[in-house]
Amino acid sequence: MSIKSKSIESKSDFNQDERLKKVSNLKILLNRPELGALGGAILVFLFFGIVAGDTGMFSAYGILNFLDVSANLGIIAIAAAMLMIGGEFDLSIGSMIGFAGICIAIPAIYWGWPLWMSIIFAFSMAVLVGYFNGILVVRTGLPSFIVTLAMLFILRGATLALTRLITGRTQVPGLRVLIENDPIAWIFATDSFKWVFTWLGSMNLIALRTDGTPLATGIPPSVIWFIALAILTTWILMKTRYGNWIFASGGDKNGANNVGVPVGRVKISLFIGTAVAATIFATIQVLDAGSADTMRGTLKELEAIAAAVVGGCLLTGGYGSAIGAAFGAIIFGTVSMGIFYTDVDTDWFKVFLGAMMLIAVIFNNYIRRKVTESK
Amino acid sequence: MSDYLVQFNNISKFFGKVIALKDVTMKLRKGEIMCLLGDNGAGKSTLIKTLAGVHKPDEGEIIFEGEKIIFDSPKDALDIGIATVYQDLALVPLMSVTRNFFMGREPLKGPPFLKTFDIEKANKIAAERMGQIGIDVRDPSQAVGTMSGGERQCLAISRAIYFGAKVLVLDEPTSALGVHQASVVLKYIVKAASQGLAVILITHNVHHAYPVGNSFTVLNRGKSLGTYEKKDISREKLLSMMAGGEELDKLEVELKEMNRVSS
Repeated sequence: MSIKSKSIESKSDFNQDERLKKVSNLKILLNRPELGALGGAILVFLFFGIVAGDTGMFSAYGILNFLDVSANLGIIAIAAAMLMIGGEFDLSIGSMIGFAGICIAIPAIYWGWPLWMSIIFAFSMAVLVGYFNGILVVRTGLPSFIVTLAMLFILRGATLALTRLITGRTQVPGLRVLIENDPIAWIFATDSFKWVFTWLGSMNLIALRTDGTPLATGIPPSVIWFIALAILTTWILMKTRYGNWIFASGGDKNGANNVGVPVGRVKISLFIGTAVAATIFATIQVLDAGSADTMRGTLKELEAIAAAVVGGCLLTGGYGSAIGAAFGAIIFGTVSMGIFYTDVDTDWFKVFLGAMMLIAVIFNNYIRRKVTESK
Repeated sequence: MSDYLVQFNNISKFFGKVIALKDVTMKLRKGEIMCLLGDNGAGKSTLIKTLAGVHKPDEGEIIFEGEKIIFDSPKDALDIGIATVYQDLALVPLMSVTRNFFMGREPLKGPPFLKTFDIEKANKIAAERMGQIGIDVRDPSQAVGTMSGGERQCLAISRAIYFGAKVLVLDEPTSALGVHQASVVLKYIVKAASQGLAVILITHNVHHAYPVGNSFTVLNRGKSLGTYEKKDISREKLLSMMAGGEELDKLEVELKEMNRVSS
């Protein structure tokens, strides 16, 4: 008894119950929602390591390439996961990406606004759209699936119609020249840790261009945003009162309300979160491409939800993790890029995506039963 | 005299033309368990919601610690210490014991604007509180979904007490439970009362109510059939009152008649 209780006390001070079976760290890990996605990501890396290990996929340039794709998806997948944990869906993420893109491009190119003002304008519009989505869902009690499906069409349609009305076309190019010397744009457009790559290049550790500069120039801004958001949201979920409210709102709306959780406010803030994440995605893309396209982000909402589900979020809410969604995005990003390095036809990517999601849903369902079953 | 902790005097509630409650009077002292008995449709739910501040009574008054009070919202009732534990318990099965215990009222730590949920402290309190009831929470971070129905009920009650309940209103706490589980919950209710809480136990199960109650109020079709001290009424009398005793008597006579005819 003395030995046993000692080992428990050293682990945590609150439980002196000698009946407590010492739970192995493995078991704790098994109960975490992101386990499936973590395992999946490791499997994917192993697979491509074996199949495409010598093709350049895992060169600095190749790694940054698939990380960039993963990170872009991850930014919206994390926000979608937070909203799903809060018990709602947002199908308008993809349309919001297109809308945010032209909110930056049109004022900057056609109205002569400075770029930073256009970016702030786009984010303000995102807050409005998110708030509108949220207040509609909370006030009407309608399923968010329907409300945001309507918003999917409205936003995409408005993006197309307004862009054609103002510019006479569906693309707005010419942004690249505006990025330099802009006080805000660099946050979304600058590669980081360039010195590391320059140094690696000078040591001949990574591939170089013919002019001697490294092929991979730095960590793309999407990756930095992705990592920062993953850390921030995980901290919110695990360590803050607001995080507890998100789980409670998604787990049992009425129960949460009865004990004083402001469920409506929590949900509205999460809808604003997905719209803002879509705008971060859009800003990075628009500045990277130098142009906005009205069709940007089409179907991205479904990929984001798929990544969140693979990351362990339940469709019914109240359970899931942000870091899981991040792993889900890494799986999809890595496969979508990695498939180019194999002999497999890229047409098969969508098949993989769907199959992954099915497996994840079945697995999640099993986990949920396990978590809630009476002893 | 007002040695009563809380008094509900002549409470009436109308919904349009429907008289949901008429002149219901209940008085409770500290440490007392009053059982509110009634069949389905007797007005129990309306009465609970009136006690909890969801409905405002159309007539009558609520006197708490000698002062007349009016509830504008459930929060008002909660603030003065009337806590209601509904049948759904307001627990989220997928969340941990601790996260449920402190749902909506999380303890915080840290500097202003960067306050975080003090999970260590919360775990400690939750484990302590559940331990006091004799419930073996093996691990406060385990999901509530893994607990039995009785344990969940005790968790919800224990939460209400921790957050300062003086009057505990319990809506059918034993209805979904087996015999053993129900007795665990009832034992806990008695223990809570012995620590000075006033408990209103709403149930349609006389066998659960009679052993623990100090007094009994029977509701029938929105009206109180009176409040009785335990010494003044037997279990059988109570049962026949709440189930509409005459109806059962009539049924018995009819059955006898049928048997006689068929034999």
